[in-house]
Amino acid sequence: MNIIVIVKHVPDLVEELEIAEDGKDLNRDFLKFVVNEFDDQALEQALLLKEKGGGTITAVALDAPEIDQTLFTCLAKGADKAVKIVGDLEGRVTSHAAAHMLADALKAMSHDLILTGVQSAEDLDGQVGPLLATYLGEPHVSVVTGVEARGQMVVVRQEYAGGVTGEFEVDLPAVLGIQAAPQPPRYAPISRVRATMKEKKLVEIQAAAADGAGLNVRQMVRPQVASHAEMIEGNTDTVVERIVGIMAERGLMNG
Amino acid sequence: MGNVLVVVEQLNGKTGEITFEMLGKGRELASALGGELHALVIGGQADELGIADKVWVMGDGALAHYTSANHKAALVAAISAISPRVTLIGNTSIGMDLAAGASAATGIPLIAYCNALRVEGGQVVGTSQIYGGKVLAEVAPEDGACIVSVLAGAFPASAGRSDKTPVLETLAPPALDNRVRFVRLIEPEAADVDITKAAVVVSVGRGIQSADNIELADGLADALGGVVGASRPVTDAGWLPKSRQVGKSGLRVKPKLYLALGISGAPEHLEGMKDSGLIIAINQDASAPIFDVAHYGVVGDLFEIVPALTEKIKG
Ligand SMILES: Cc1cc2nc3c(=O)[nH]c(=O)nc-3n(C[C@H](O)[C@H](O)[C@H](O)COP(=O)(O)OP(=O)(O)OC[C@H]3O[C@@H](n4cnc5c(N)ncnc54)[C@H](O)[C@@H]3O)c2cc1C
Ligand SMILES: Nc1ncnc2c1ncn2[C@@H]1O[C@H](COP(=O)(O)O)[C@@H](O)[C@H]1O
Repeated sequence: MNIIVIVKHVPDLVEELEIAEDGKDLNRDFLKFVVNEFDDQALEQALLLKEKGGGTITAVALDAPEIDQTLFTCLAKGADKAVKIVGDLEGRVTSHAAAHMLADALKAMSHDLILTGVQSAEDLDGQVGPLLATYLGEPHVSVVTGVEARGQMVVVRQEYAGGVTGEFEVDLPAVLGIQAAPQPPRYAPISRVRATMKEKKLVEIQAAAADGAGLNVRQMVRPQVASHAEMIEGNTDTVVERIVGIMAERGLMNG
Repeated sequence: MGNVLVVVEQLNGKTGEITFEMLGKGRELASALGGELHALVIGGQADELGIADKVWVMGDGALAHYTSANHKAALVAAISAISPRVTLIGNTSIGMDLAAGASAATGIPLIAYCNALRVEGGQVVGTSQIYGGKVLAEVAPEDGACIVSVLAGAFPASAGRSDKTPVLETLAPPALDNRVRFVRLIEPEAADVDITKAAVVVSVGRGIQSADNIELADGLADALGGVVGASRPVTDAGWLPKSRQVGKSGLRVKPKLYLALGISGAPEHLEGMKDSGLIIAINQDASAPIFDVAHYGVVGDLFEIVPALTEKIKG
């Protein structure tokens, strides 16, 4: 099976996020980027499918700061090829535009399965997976937590609330939004990533022109929360004392 | 025309809460736009939808089981037939299949992760909650119609219920897309503990770092007579069973006390615990969204505070 895995960088949410002066995007100058966690899951799912049934894995990304490192990491983990789509990609790329560019590039790449991460935290115009699938005319299943190959189809699990899952047969080619692989994503030591950088090259493809999402961003703001936690300050002893006091007041200390 | 269409979500024959949350909001939007509130039922039952002016039923038996491909085809056909100004879809697993696909197929813009909606000068303005709840983006469609995927819990469900009888109208089903076929629904395995029944839930997130450290939470939960819950990365990593997961794709809990240890407070997690009686959060990141729902918060290292807290409680 020939699998394409699409990877994306997202701002590290543990860091402080600053809003740009025009109020329409994040201030991207000092952002720290990390791989979207669900893309790691998607790559792991692809690697498991390849280990079981053979085939190839191609990692594809739109150009973004430090994306090369991530693509080489995909190669170091076992992807066969890595493709970087380059072009006019400054700032926030809408999901609709990303999906158009990806669809244009992937049309020309033979594949059985395309795996994306289920979502990222910045797609205010929707997830790229279902957009891409629709532009390519392929079926799509979101929130997938398991994929098994069965000839010209895959059997997938889709997760709903409360731990209920649906099982579906999906004809190939298809696009799946991966929530979690059956096992935690593997790790590639930095030494192996460095070695891969010497051995292999990224393939570059020019991005097609793409329309936006048909939305105007009026402003981005930090949430004005109605109620913020009352913060408990002090050293560990003081903090512990206070928490115990709060729990005792409410009779919560003995179950 | 300013009609609002709510896509009814049914799984296993049950209408989800999100549907009523959208119907309530939809009623308000329809009045502001001078239009009607419509509901769309794909392959299911039109019960309980009395608040709508009209319920469209695409009742083909082949659509009875949800599949992404068929239901997307149905939704796209319905939007073309009804031409709503605003289409509301829940941001659930099903909604994540349908909303963006319908936007791509119809060319109608999509406002995703929406937690606030209003009409301003005849235009729909939505708020998308992005970056794990750290940023709100106010957006408006460039012109006319829009599709909106609505976060669970954003609007009150009570506003979406009524005993009235709506007008029913049938819609012809689309050509079927059988490339995705329903096999079965799998119920979760019976759990060792039921976290939804516990008075105290001590929940750990990615900040707990490893399976070995779970015993820290076990110790605290034991001291409090509670149980250990978790965020999704912890159950995905196999550090705790899936039955302990709190949130959108896990369980909803409402204990008297919810302790959030090393949990950032992503919207998908908050969905499962924000109604707890007392929420205390310990997190190293002062800007973590968990502090927006917690009653008390500590910016600090859980590995220092939790052992000390457990000792103190044990006395
Ligand atoms: C369709 C879908 C469904 C989902 N369903 C769920 C769900 O049901 N439940 C769920 O939880 N998530 C769910 N998620 C995932 C969700 O988006 C988040 O990724 C997840 O909730 C993050 O978990 P976390 O807070 O443990 O990890 P992170 O976001 O990585 O946060 C870890 C936190 O720990 C803090 N920390 C680190 N070290 C320490 C320390 N020593 N002391 C104190 N604090 C520390 C950090 O500051 C950080 O805030 C779902 C996602 C999708 C797409
Ligand atoms: N700009 C992008 N470049 C590459 N892949 C993307 C991009 N945007 C989205 N994706 C893919 O789509 C998934 C869902 O992201 P999103 O659509 O942002 O929710 C990601 O995990 C990636 O697999």
